[in-house]
Amino acid sequence: MGDRQNNYDVIVIGGGHNGLVNAAYLARAGKKVIVLEQRHLIGGASVTEEIYPGFNYTVMSYVVSLLRPEIIRDLDLPKHGLRILPLESTLTPLPNGDFLYRDSDHYRTFRDIARFSPRDAEAYEEYSQAMFFMAKAVKYLLGIIPPDPATFQPRDLGGLLGLARHLLGLNERDRYMLAKLMTMSSADFVEQWFESEPLKATLAASGIIGTYLGVRSPGTAYVLLHHYMGEIDGQFRAWGFAKGGTGGIANAIGNAARAFGAEIHTSARVSQVIVNKGQATGVTLEGGDEIDADVIVSSLDPKRTFLELVDKTFLPEDLVNGIRKFSVRGSSAKVNLALDGVPELACQPGFGRHLAGAISISPDLDYLEMAYDDAKYGDFSRRPYIDIIIPSMIDPDMAPPGKHVMSCFVQYAPYQLREGTWDKKRDALGDIVIDTLAQYFPNIKDLILHRQVVTPLDTEHLIGLSQGNIFQGELSLSQLFFLRPAAGYAQYRTPIKGYYQCGSGTHPGGGITGAPGRLAALEILRDEK
Amino acid sequence: MLLPTPFHPKTSLLNENNEWRNWSGFMVAGTYEPTHEREYYAIRNAAALIDVSPLYKYDLLGQDAERLVNKIVTRNVKKCDLGQIMYSPWCDENGHMIDDGTIWRLAENHFRITAADPNLRWFEDCGFGLDCLVADVSNELAALALQGPNSRPILREVTTGIELENIGYYRLASTTIAGIPLTITRTGFTGDLGFELWFSPEYAERMWDVLMEVGYRYGLLPAGMVALDIARIEAGLLLIEVDYISSTRALIDSRKSTPFDAGLAWTVALDKGSFVGRKALRAEAARGNRWALVGLEIDWPVLESLFAVQDLPPLVAGRASREAVPVYNENGRQIGQATSRTFSPILKKYIALATVESEFAQEGFPLSIEVTVEFTRQQCPARVISIPFYDPVHKRK
Repeated sequence: MGDRQNNYDVIVIGGGHNGLVNAAYLARAGKKVIVLEQRHLIGGASVTEEIYPGFNYTVMSYVVSLLRPEIIRDLDLPKHGLRILPLESTLTPLPNGDFLYRDSDHYRTFRDIARFSPRDAEAYEEYSQAMFFMAKAVKYLLGIIPPDPATFQPRDLGGLLGLARHLLGLNERDRYMLAKLMTMSSADFVEQWFESEPLKATLAASGIIGTYLGVRSPGTAYVLLHHYMGEIDGQFRAWGFAKGGTGGIANAIGNAARAFGAEIHTSARVSQVIVNKGQATGVTLEGGDEIDADVIVSSLDPKRTFLELVDKTFLPEDLVNGIRKFSVRGSSAKVNLALDGVPELACQPGFGRHLAGAISISPDLDYLEMAYDDAKYGDFSRRPYIDIIIPSMIDPDMAPPGKHVMSCFVQYAPYQLREGTWDKKRDALGDIVIDTLAQYFPNIKDLILHRQVVTPLDTEHLIGLSQGNIFQGELSLSQLFFLRPAAGYAQYRTPIKGYYQCGSGTHPGGGITGAPGRLAALEILRDEK
Repeated sequence: MLLPTPFHPKTSLLNENNEWRNWSGFMVAGTYEPTHEREYYAIRNAAALIDVSPLYKYDLLGQDAERLVNKIVTRNVKKCDLGQIMYSPWCDENGHMIDDGTIWRLAENHFRITAADPNLRWFEDCGFGLDCLVADVSNELAALALQGPNSRPILREVTTGIELENIGYYRLASTTIAGIPLTITRTGFTGDLGFELWFSPEYAERMWDVLMEVGYRYGLLPAGMVALDIARIEAGLLLIEVDYISSTRALIDSRKSTPFDAGLAWTVALDKGSFVGRKALRAEAARGNRWALVGLEIDWPVLESLFAVQDLPPLVAGRASREAVPVYNENGRQIGQATSRTFSPILKKYIALATVESEFAQEGFPLSIEVTVEFTRQQCPARVISIPFYDPVHKRK
């Protein structure tokens, strides 16, 4: 790459967290990098916006755990404003006025689970330990380029050998457990330990987040594990809330990228990647402007990366087919609320730290599975699973003093509706969510100053995630590791020279990990040598 | 038996753990909640209310008050304006630190000194022959530290008639809160924006209620010593009996520290005229100090790998440690000790305050620190970095 004045070494398409991580790593390596983001602000799905004056919504993603510690360190993100505040508890309110509460107080949690089942309380310890070992086992995968078992290239063989060595290093129990996790449903998985419904349902719910599957669908146990792989400060499974919402994470990464010399342009939508003789040479912006670079990295989802940004004639048939079949069915919605005061739980009235954790509407497994039943046939759930946090209880700067914002992750809301359109049904979904909330928070309706309903269609339109899938593609076994996004194309390269992919649609997948962005950057730098 | 502080009727209701620390014979909360994390982040991200009543407080009043204070402390208090506060250590005749604290100028002839240890006798003895009364007002003043970026908006709601923006860093003002007369100082032990409130103990419970009632809307939480200890290490603030030993308690001379040893050279005004310890300190200034206080950043990836050998995650996150551990140079020779260590949640770094031979005190110097991994002593690389580790702009704004 030469030293050029008006053009760049690298263009990163999309200013979501992975695009920004990718840009920061490449800029850190001395590349002249420009990030092109279509919206007026960076972050992609990791974004905080003042939708209602004075109230900051975590519009899409809302919590963090998976952000890789090496990225935090390499990019010195704390210096650039990253603050991860603790999110210590999970409260599951029940329709009968009872609740299950788990937090960092070990014995209190034990006692509370024991109210439902003394056996579960004891099993909880064993489960936690098993999940610790599982998270440790798969942590290895988060840091490696997925080796392709079909190529027989030395590097892939080396990678497979490393993987084999890693798996053999696990003890027998963990290897069996890993096999189960990869294949079971999350409901069956947790039922190996537990018998009480609120606990089973709340744990199993992690297995359906962002997927178009139910808690009893095989493969969801892996998604559950995916949510357990995070670590904060060396503590596995810890979840946190970023100061300023998840937009605070994107801003910190953006600041780091800029500090390394990257330029970030917003309101700059790329319409086409320019390809000359099999080599990507630049991009065309929506207004017609062209920017040249030797390396073009797309952080967009695989559908957009391969089927929209480039002329399909440059791509082999197997890839086009693979990407066309790549499942990106959106299944979730967000409802964000501005509240005039403290939302009080019927089961635990008053103000307190139980409101500063997660609140999960997941009373029992049947509730969750029935929510999926609606979705299977193209309806949104009449009684949805809702994962609630009240960001202003954790970071008071999210709302004016004494006021609150509430973030509700809602499932299921299928992208493809059986009847009608999301534009017509958006409010109906919002009403269902509010009615569900009102069962548990009796004062909620009186407090609502503003509500934002983000359907999968809105996610697609606003952020550009195809079909509104929050992971840029379902985290099913058939779409992971060397199969993500397509067999033979899982190592961040594409058949077009100089064109790379770095979004959540690549290994190791979705969530605010930064891992795809980082691994792609390392591969790009490797190709240079 | 530990004594209750004036806030005990309030703090004891909030202390879920019943975890109390002994601070000068008083009961103060270690943590209020099962873990200290939310309390720590309240200090750094919102606001925290900390009972600091056990501090010793002395009033020095009289014609010679300025002379006496200048004789006791190493800073030059002639430069301390009315309403100004100075941080300073004070030393014995050999220049060894006895204690450290804040010096307030309440009036031309009226100073107040806060201290970690009892100092009445020492101050009185220093004042022999001078026209200055030394009064121990420790039990006449309840003290609350209101610390964190939201401390000012909270105070703004409860105070009347003063502009909080005008209370500069290390300045004080008098006002009322809910009719309670008090002194507000722009001080604290957290290295964040913060204030300390001083008032008669009879109003303690009411003051607590007023602040909590307004504060909860700003994320105010009561915070205990565990959270405070992490914050003060991040701020690079020394703790007596941990980072240095008072010369009045040290059993052997080698345990004593001069301000130069403790990184407090900036507090020693050798040219201000006579003060206790000046001769010794002047000699040391000429000779060079043997020890230096440094910040250390422990190499986290290496630390992780040391634990990984045992198949463990790095088991260091959590509370601050006050157990001193050896610090080595590159040749493996012990050149000092790390006296306070903590994982800094806000910096995501494992940091330590250490006293090392002064030739190793340069920033960036590669040293190593002892860590215990699965009952085995190991050395982990650590780099000298500048303190304070955490120094937000809003602290002084």
